[in-house]
Amino acid sequence: MTLAFIIDALITVVGVTTPILLAATGELVAEKSGVINLGVEGMMLIGAITAFAVAFDFGPDLGDAAPWVAVIAAALAGAASSMLFAVLALTLGSNQVATGLALTIFGIGLSSLIGAGYVGMTVPAFDSFFPERLTGDPVGRVVFGYSPLVYFALFMVFAVGWFLNRTRAGLVLRAVGENDISAHSIGYPVLRIRYAAIAFGGALAGIAGSYFSMVITPMWAEQMTAGRGWIALALVVFSGWRAGRLLLGAYFFGILMTLELYAKASGFSFLPSQFWAAMPYIMAVVVLAVISARGVAGSEAPSCLGRPFMPNA
Amino acid sequence: MTLTRRNFVKTAATGLVLPAFVRSGFAAEPLKVGFVYLGAIGDYGWTWSHEQGRKALLEALKGQVLTNYVENVKEDASAVPIMKDLAQQGNKLIFTTSYGYMDQTLEAAKQFPDVKWEHCTGYKRADNVGTYNSCFYQGRAVTGTIAGMMSKTNTIGFVGSFKIPEVVMGVNAFTLAAQAVNPKIATKLVMIDTWFDPAKEAAAAETLANLGCDVIAQHVDSPAVLQVCEKRKIYGFGYGADMSRFAPKAHLTASLDLWGPYYISRAKAVLDGSWKPDDTWWGFKEGILAMAPYSKAVPDNVRAAADKIIAGTKEGSYDVFTGPVADQSGKERVPAGERMKDADMLVMDWYVKGVQS
Repeated sequence: MTLAFIIDALITVVGVTTPILLAATGELVAEKSGVINLGVEGMMLIGAITAFAVAFDFGPDLGDAAPWVAVIAAALAGAASSMLFAVLALTLGSNQVATGLALTIFGIGLSSLIGAGYVGMTVPAFDSFFPERLTGDPVGRVVFGYSPLVYFALFMVFAVGWFLNRTRAGLVLRAVGENDISAHSIGYPVLRIRYAAIAFGGALAGIAGSYFSMVITPMWAEQMTAGRGWIALALVVFSGWRAGRLLLGAYFFGILMTLELYAKASGFSFLPSQFWAAMPYIMAVVVLAVISARGVAGSEAPSCLGRPFMPNA
Repeated sequence: MTLTRRNFVKTAATGLVLPAFVRSGFAAEPLKVGFVYLGAIGDYGWTWSHEQGRKALLEALKGQVLTNYVENVKEDASAVPIMKDLAQQGNKLIFTTSYGYMDQTLEAAKQFPDVKWEHCTGYKRADNVGTYNSCFYQGRAVTGTIAGMMSKTNTIGFVGSFKIPEVVMGVNAFTLAAQAVNPKIATKLVMIDTWFDPAKEAAAAETLANLGCDVIAQHVDSPAVLQVCEKRKIYGFGYGADMSRFAPKAHLTASLDLWGPYYISRAKAVLDGSWKPDDTWWGFKEGILAMAPYSKAVPDNVRAAADKIIAGTKEGSYDVFTGPVADQSGKERVPAGERMKDADMLVMDWYVKGVQS
């Protein structure tokens, strides 16, 4: 096992992990404000098709800027779709779980509809923007060899951790999630803060989606995120609503998923392949059981999670 | 003639006066043929190839057939009402084009005994249900030959979906054909336990590339594997359809599913009354399987070797599962000089020697 081999494996891990990490980071902020949005998968798909459509239709005119514009468009589309959820769940006080599921179903349908004309097309991949001489050797590759979205995902998880725990605005957001009535009574605009948190979650889900259609496989295919939105949602719970653990958890999932592939390709056939495929989920259950056995000490679940807030009710 | 109420009244009225004439009039009515599709017709894969077959049928029997299709039909109980709907709309020949429609097809067929049903890749038949399949492994023998000759690392890869006979047959044919031209070949196999998950397909292809595979075949639904091959500057193949647009440099060729000839022959059989619930297994010879043009990267000697496999398959002098064939443990599965029986192939659940899984 050479260094180059380990580095190549690591690059696969990063590719598997990044979209889940992005989507989960966005959902963490939304949930910290007290809203659970199960529409992550749908928002990711809307982001994926938006990025692809922009890159495909305007790519030739935009040149080098095309993937950047595409990703920004994906973020805006993700945020816009999350606003549908926000209006229903916040202003109209609908059930958040049901509304979130509806958003996922809507996102699957809408992305398929828009994407129908883009099936079978491809665009240039949104790869590393560092010069080739930096990414040539293995050590350079592991540092510089990624899509800009990988660095963005890492930056965002640290930024969100810092924001939630070290800034006044983050404190207010957490207060809204912990006790909306108190936050409201001392004058914080609970709904406006939640709108902003949901929009942020939607934007990151949209960017996570664009990672599929622009980086991993530069193409569009119906439901190409294949359930990653649900893994992102599970990851937020898994992390105990902490940014640091979210990062570790995402990479833990990524490593297990990649190990599965290596185990199969290297001929570890003493375990059935279904067992390897189930491994990340088995580990998730084990870790969750351990966390809950230790009590809620490690968990920072927001107290108002999923509860509608009607200021005038 | 489209059946409007006015037409219907006219026809019925004529029927009262001239029953004999009307019977022959109805015989000239076009045969309605229905198709049940798994995916979207634009998937450039499995469903797309069936859709091309439907179009070929419509073109070949112009005026004699009308066709209907339903896309995105799930392989669960929800398929049954869709099939019944097609039957009720007057389709007298219905093709259900995925393995997972097996029991649903039989259930719907029981209620519509006067409709002829054809289930793709299945094995359960009834008085009005036939099955059909393509010898996909014949195409694998061609791609395996190319892979064996073009691999420099003597290690080739395969990204599969599930360990089912259809996929296992492909892995084995690919490996045996590659070993026939390069005895040192080993195939690394990854089954990803799903038909469709582009990110996982891509990660599997990356893993195989990292483990030294320089030609990778796939039996999954998206072109993700080819896109990874393109990025890693190694080679791959399209499956079911020409996928060169996704990987212009990596795409060496593709096995193409051309269902048209089969659909035309079955519609003709219904029209002339000779339809029987057969089990049909066609391939290169009958024209439902073909190869896409070789890319520029395929040298002349490799092209010649690949063409020889196709020609041999067509005339019956070549079969990739000709013994001796040993499995992974070294046990002989097909004795020297013998060909594997179709029945054995259809239940294949073991890998040949040289497959690492």
